Amino acid sequence: MADEITAAADPGRAPARLDWSYAPAPEATDHAKVRESYGLLIGGKWVAPPSGSYFKTINPATEEVLASVAEAAEEDVDAAVRAARAAYARTWSKTSGAERAKYLYRIARILQERAREFAVLETMNGGKPIKESRDVDVPLAAAHFFYHAGWADKLDYAFPGRKPRPLGVAAQVIPWNFPLLMAAWKLAPALAAGNTVVLKPAETTPLTALLLGEVLQQAELPPGVVNIVTGAGQTGAALVAHPGVDKVAFTGSTEVGKAIQRTLAGSGKRLTLELGGKAANIVLDDAPVDQAVEGVVNGIYFNQGHVCCAGSRLLVQESIAELLVAKLKRRMATLRVGDPLDKNTDVGAINSRAQLDRITELVASGEADGAEVYQPPCELPERGFWFRPTVFTGVAQSYRIAQEEIFGPVLSVLTFRTPDEAVQKANNTPYGLSAGVWTDKGSRILDLASRLRAGVVWANTFNRFDPTSPFGGYKESGFGREGGRHGLAAYLDLT
Amino acid sequence: MEASVADDDRLDVRKTYKLYIGGKFPRTESGRSYPVTEAKGKPWANACRASRKDVRDAVVAARKAFPGWAGLTAYNRGQVLYRVAEMLEGRREQFVDEVARSEGTTHRQAADAVAKAVDRWVWYAGWADKLAQVFGSANPVAGPYFNFSVPEPTGVVGLVAPAESSLLGLVSRLAPIVVSGNSAVVLAAQARPLPAVTLAEVLATSDVPGGVVNVLTGFTTELVGPLAAHMDVNALDLAGLDLALYKEAELAAAESVKRVAAPVRLSGRDWLDDARGQDPYWITAFLEIKTVWHPTGV
Amino acid sequence: MATTPVRLPEAGGSFLQEAGLGPLLSRSAVDQVGVEERAASLAKRSIKKDAKVAALRLAVAVMDLTTLEGADTPGKVEALCSKARRPDTADPAVPPVAAVCVYPTLVATARRALAGSTVKVASVATAFPSGQASLAVRLADVGDAVDAGADEVDMVISRGAFLAGRYREVFEEILIVKDACGSAHLKVILETGELGTYDNVRRASMLAMAAGADFVKTSTGKVQPAATLPVALVMLEAIRDFHDRTGRAVGFKPAGGVRTAKQAIQHLVLVNETLGPDWLTPDRYRIGASSLLNDCLMQLAKERTGRYQSPDHFTID
Repeated sequence: MADEITAAADPGRAPARLDWSYAPAPEATDHAKVRESYGLLIGGKWVAPPSGSYFKTINPATEEVLASVAEAAEEDVDAAVRAARAAYARTWSKTSGAERAKYLYRIARILQERAREFAVLETMNGGKPIKESRDVDVPLAAAHFFYHAGWADKLDYAFPGRKPRPLGVAAQVIPWNFPLLMAAWKLAPALAAGNTVVLKPAETTPLTALLLGEVLQQAELPPGVVNIVTGAGQTGAALVAHPGVDKVAFTGSTEVGKAIQRTLAGSGKRLTLELGGKAANIVLDDAPVDQAVEGVVNGIYFNQGHVCCAGSRLLVQESIAELLVAKLKRRMATLRVGDPLDKNTDVGAINSRAQLDRITELVASGEADGAEVYQPPCELPERGFWFRPTVFTGVAQSYRIAQEEIFGPVLSVLTFRTPDEAVQKANNTPYGLSAGVWTDKGSRILDLASRLRAGVVWANTFNRFDPTSPFGGYKESGFGREGGRHGLAAYLDLT
Repeated sequence: MEASVADDDRLDVRKTYKLYIGGKFPRTESGRSYPVTEAKGKPWANACRASRKDVRDAVVAARKAFPGWAGLTAYNRGQVLYRVAEMLEGRREQFVDEVARSEGTTHRQAADAVAKAVDRWVWYAGWADKLAQVFGSANPVAGPYFNFSVPEPTGVVGLVAPAESSLLGLVSRLAPIVVSGNSAVVLAAQARPLPAVTLAEVLATSDVPGGVVNVLTGFTTELVGPLAAHMDVNALDLAGLDLALYKEAELAAAESVKRVAAPVRLSGRDWLDDARGQDPYWITAFLEIKTVWHPTGV
Repeated sequence: MATTPVRLPEAGGSFLQEAGLGPLLSRSAVDQVGVEERAASLAKRSIKKDAKVAALRLAVAVMDLTTLEGADTPGKVEALCSKARRPDTADPAVPPVAAVCVYPTLVATARRALAGSTVKVASVATAFPSGQASLAVRLADVGDAVDAGADEVDMVISRGAFLAGRYREVFEEILIVKDACGSAHLKVILETGELGTYDNVRRASMLAMAAGADFVKTSTGKVQPAATLPVALVMLEAIRDFHDRTGRAVGFKPAGGVRTAKQAIQHLVLVNETLGPDWLTPDRYRIGASSLLNDCLMQLAKERTGRYQSPDHFTID
């Protein structure tokens, strides 16, 4: 729609109305260089896989191919683990905490310097809006390295009565929803604690992890301390099963998490899992309403709902349900869905065709079950993977859309009468990653927070992350915490 | 062939050493100075002989800067301290020269001290966002209340810098004061004040807000009294104070119930030793603990 | 022995019920962090090219070009009016501003200077800016403005009464002033910088709208902070809720602190994404400003010519 001021009858009069479409505001991409092909980072060198096997990685907003990426086979995984082991034995275990800290500070600083390059690449490869990669993902990633740098030479203060020691070689498998940030969440504590690492980025989003590999070289991190093996499920399976690995850290679906737990059964390897969620976002009748609406919107439409801790179930107190849902729908209509590289885009592309199919299937099941669906009207681009922000009302707890993790921009609305009932419904799930509480009353926040079976409780806010704040789930959302003093424990021998 | 500009005949432009107050470099309002010599007696420069009024002005500046500095996120303060380390690293040679001349050490000894000073800033920078986790707590009171204790900076801290270790000793006591959000008024070592002034130049270029650190050079006996007695100073670190003056300073401090840290006697080698020269409890000495109660109930 | 029943001081309870304000005021909770984050997020919208030009022209078209100084003279006001009618002699596409805003003693001068143009005359009144005068004096002030021919009156609420909880008094004063305005439009200034919390800003907005305000206005411009983005957002949401409940559309005027074109555009984005295009018109939106005008003209010239501009090329008045 053209940005015109609709002229009043008398051209000399002041304009009557402005229908305003903001105009395209594309972020420049010329400084984010994407290579034609990427090898594996093993022992400090970029190597081509002997198998000669590569896969393509695309931009999910346009479906255009961005690059060819090496596919690590079992032999490559083996080489990476052996390189990590050698680096641990010869170099890293002999590097003082103060020195490890300095490497991590360097990495943090370089990330800050190259922030825009990383943000653009993250958006191109993953589909999330540039304003998110620029304002959330990249700054938080740098902050994670900065925070953990400070721990590297202070581990003796972190666990009373213990002199912590590193575990050795850590195998880390990360997801596609926050590719760079998840790499930071994994690498920073592992390295601060004195371990070496083999990292497997997600199949659909390898590029920022690979660029991070270049940053590690720029920081002159000793060769082999971090190795990166790109590939798909098989690469990850080979890595976590490798006998030369002391510790496994996985973030991804609950289904794969269970498979990894089975694989490691009886092996004595340390394991942490950060899996799926179906978080309840609870809005009570005394909540500051407009801010609660923002919190609900942020909770499920941020990053297209590709968030393990997404507030995918809105539990609203019956007495304000009508008001809240009306405001929510009106607010959804102002969400801008489209080109992730446009600075004004609020909701970007779905990460892959496979994920889009899953979301579509689950949404269809919701309609079939009889829930009412609302999607604000918006034009979607022709190419690429897209799903309109969606909200279901009239949802029963038993519907699949209320039970299963959709991992998309789809919200299910349920009601409750009393805080007790809200807590019961919120806890009535095998998941337990996060929860939200919206109320003006402090004691109620604390009471609900103490009763909600979730690893992270957000009160009057949602989707807030910080390197100092431990993150992780109850029940089938996984075990172990990342971030904060508690998150160090996963990478240390405290016996 | 033209003589090179860096000839020995070339007259160098000598630095004027002033005070550092409120982010600026004023001279002492008293107009006085005193001669500073190298450790081996050779005349070196004139330093400001600060007055009680300079102490007064420095405390005003420190108080003004305190809310802003304390109000920054811990992450932000940590980054600023790390930036100080970056700037200090870049000026190592200048400091090695000043420290060697001030203390009469070898070049090697001075270089070790300066390198350690940089590393010490880095070490303390990393504490900024860890204090609450290590020294705070959630307290399980016997009742339906959520109760938590958080450390907070105490306010304006007066520091009598170590008398012999002109850079490393100063850094080792200053960084733990400011990392948590306190602001500081520093009385530089009387006989060896010049590295402190140059350190102030580093602070001025490191995004440290003006007034967070103030540096006064002069006669300790003239300055410690007004500082210790000042009613708007919350705490004193008497690290470098002559033991003979300690009791008097503490007596003066009692009028406003200041928190006081006693003089320390550490050798140059001690300051270099991480086991003796750095300690998070030098941070906690200048923290208050705030405990909050809130009922838990629907 | 019968005891005299204790009379509790009126905390506005029965008054609120009588005035039907209960429902409107019952939801006054505003989360500070949430509203500031939302405002900051909207402030990041990137408005380019045609959209930017359209926004800048609108910013000029909704401006209340203001001079409220003790030193104001007829000469100063005449020069301002000339600028108001034709802000940029070099660019005829720039519309005139919406109104000129002056003290009551200069309304007549402004009317003469603006004769034949579409620019309205707005006058402050009610012992602007503090409002610390008797009701009689404040009403006489309104009378002076109206008699001199002001099209619009900008009043200040009694902040003292509001902060003391005397909501009835605040409400009734607005009713009385509205009545005294006759056919002139009434803008009610809340002086948000003195109200302390966003909850209070919302509450005061509701009171003013219920009492008949045609516009609610953030500030006198004499107190900082004035029209910050979060305060504006709170008031826009109050206007929206009031419209939902009563069907009446009240206008909004941020004043004070809007100095640059960039800030003006941010304010327009707030309106666009809260109340929508229906409010992006001088009948429902004004910006109280003075130095803002030239910054908008400079930005428009930059969009036209591709060059960053110098203030030398734009008349002060």
